[in-house]
Amino acid sequence: MALPPQSTSTTAPPDELPLELLHGELIFSGILLSKDKEGDINELLSKLEFIGFSTGYRLIERLLKDSTRFKDELDTIKFICKDFWVAIYKKQIDNLRTNHQGTYVLQDNCFKLLSKISATKQYLEHGPKFLAFTCGIIRGALSNLGISSVVVAEISTMPTCRFHITIQRAT
Amino acid sequence: MSRQSTSSRITADSKKVNSELFVLTYGTLVQQLVKDYESVEDVNKQLERIGYNIGLRVIEDFLARTNYPRCTDLRDTAEKIQAAFKMYLNATPSLSNVTADEFSLVFESTPFGEFTELPDACANLKYCNVLPGVIRGACEMVQMDVQAYVIADTLKGDNATEIRVRFIKKLHDALPAGED
Repeated sequence: MALPPQSTSTTAPPDELPLELLHGELIFSGILLSKDKEGDINELLSKLEFIGFSTGYRLIERLLKDSTRFKDELDTIKFICKDFWVAIYKKQIDNLRTNHQGTYVLQDNCFKLLSKISATKQYLEHGPKFLAFTCGIIRGALSNLGISSVVVAEISTMPTCRFHITIQRAT
Repeated sequence: MSRQSTSSRITADSKKVNSELFVLTYGTLVQQLVKDYESVEDVNKQLERIGYNIGLRVIEDFLARTNYPRCTDLRDTAEKIQAAFKMYLNATPSLSNVTADEFSLVFESTPFGEFTELPDACANLKYCNVLPGVIRGACEMVQMDVQAYVIADTLKGDNATEIRVRFIKKLHDALPAGED
């Protein structure tokens, strides 16, 4: 009897697995939720976002310690879409749009943390939990580069997602 | 010399970035837990628990990648765990005090501890307590009941970080009542 073709899931380098599994645990183990707030999705999202923020903030500092300054805001965002995304998710952002007034939309057509979830609508409602950490990473990275922002994410169909970055300007 | 296709501002190689991303995420998680839970003991317990959950999954990936056959004895198991550390965390523990039913994994420095300092208030925190959990979870999936615990930690001034693993018993698949 012929064996089914080898699964492709084992082709990613093994050193990417620990973070993936840890990320899964953050979402599903309930470890971030206090007993009386079990099932509070907003508390979960906000803690995931904060863990991402703190991680992104520190990571970018280490990654760019020998780098020169960015030319402007757009240059910084482009860096996030290309080099930074490649460094942490092994691919570039597929599409970047901006209104040139401080709003940027980053579209990833196959976001790594969603790529192992069924592409049907079945788990669509769980989507936001898988994006909160990354929203935090973007906000943290930008924050350390001197740009304060709000980052939210949306999914229309798995595994495509969009990150909306809104720059907060000092008034 | 290989030519670089694009010039990236990020000069660190992918392995290093993966590892730092993980280390920093883990560090932030521990920090968050210390804030959220009343006692450090609870934090240790929670870390062990998520480690166990991760172990249940990591073993599958490990077996799929390596095609290792069954272990012949506990030393064999220990060597495979050693190989897994190298593979997933690029850490190289050495084995010591191997007996028929116990062994130690000794790390020169605490895994994930490269950016960490423990404040005095966290003197009882077992920073890498996720690892004993992973070992326990992974072994359970291959029918081995083991006990694993951190007995020395460089973050607390010890010379090395040591995780002791004790074999308790072989597990047998229990069929649900009423099934043959």
